[in-house]
Amino acid sequence: MWMLAVRDGRDRAAFAALFDHFAPRLKGFFMRSGTASAQAEEIVQEVMLTVWHKAGQFDPARAQVSAWIYQIARNRQIDVFRKERRPMPEELLSDAHDAEPDATQILAVEQEASQLKQALARLKPDQRAIIEKAYLGELSHQEISTETGLPLGTIKSRIRLGLEKLRHDLKELR
Amino acid sequence: MTAITHHAPDALLAAYAAGSLPHPYALVVATHISLCLECRAEYEAHLAGGGAVLETVGAEAVSDGLKTSVLNLLDAPCAPQPTYPRTGVYPGPVMEALKGKPPRWKSLGLGVRQSILSSGREGSTRLLYIPPGQAVPDHSHNGLELTLVLQGSFSDSTGRFGVGDLEVADQDLEHTPTADPGAPCICLAATDAPLRFNSLVPRILQPFFRI
Repeated sequence: MWMLAVRDGRDRAAFAALFDHFAPRLKGFFMRSGTASAQAEEIVQEVMLTVWHKAGQFDPARAQVSAWIYQIARNRQIDVFRKERRPMPEELLSDAHDAEPDATQILAVEQEASQLKQALARLKPDQRAIIEKAYLGELSHQEISTETGLPLGTIKSRIRLGLEKLRHDLKELR
Repeated sequence: MTAITHHAPDALLAAYAAGSLPHPYALVVATHISLCLECRAEYEAHLAGGGAVLETVGAEAVSDGLKTSVLNLLDAPCAPQPTYPRTGVYPGPVMEALKGKPPRWKSLGLGVRQSILSSGREGSTRLLYIPPGQAVPDHSHNGLELTLVLQGSFSDSTGRFGVGDLEVADQDLEHTPTADPGAPCICLAATDAPLRFNSLVPRILQPFFRI
């Protein structure tokens, strides 16, 4: 787990490995939305630096690394192209992760991430294109409302898992 | 935490997660997620969807020097962004919109008050303060209106809305939200266009109040 080594050990080699994996994907993601290569690399740089600085907020029991980085990437794009800061939800109090990590939960989140990737790969090209456009931020809310292909079955299973985890955390807080 | 019965529709959460909502709506959805575990879980599920797209959309080789320059910048000082914790009934995203200060209420008459948080091309967001039993002036709106209850509750023709509940009203809904008896009702509301009031006096006042 590179991300945990970065978070807990400030491990530069692990960060370099994360960079090798995500920087080309981030660049591809930004270029797909029409950003030129040089500017895409500037944004990649800022996203990866944010990953380093905000690593403390990463919680593997709640999100996969790719989901966490996706959120940072979209925030950075909104910042650059719309010149505004996207309002973000409050962090949950239970985000404090100094308690012993819930290994089963972390594993489940990882498994769901790979199932989600497989489900995406199995979609028909036109359906897949819609999902990609939606998460690239190219569809308006109205367009997402009218597209029926969005609620993937696998996403739904992830919803249940996330919800159970949240309920569990809340019970412990009380 | 009271039970939330009116949730954000999935398309709204998907659009928020994808970063495609106009700022006024994004503020209301971020605030709702701050209060609603169910919608937080759905939002996080959509982030997972975004993560899967990020993983699979196709990589582009980065320039040789990029990695070195990022690694060299890891120790550069970075200015921490201010954070705005929840204060009273106002969750973090609202406190950020208020820049950490208390709302500046302006009277709309009959005890109803509002505090504009933002107003621009993309629409407006405001806080509304409605005394118990009082109705918000009868209005309709040009586009989508989102109303989130932060304190007390209100009722209109579509139901009762308590703390954390989100009302999603399209332009066909002409509603008269009325605060329930008890505590004053405080709401966060967003529209993508100025409101239209159906009676004459509020309509004349509308340009002055920017509502």
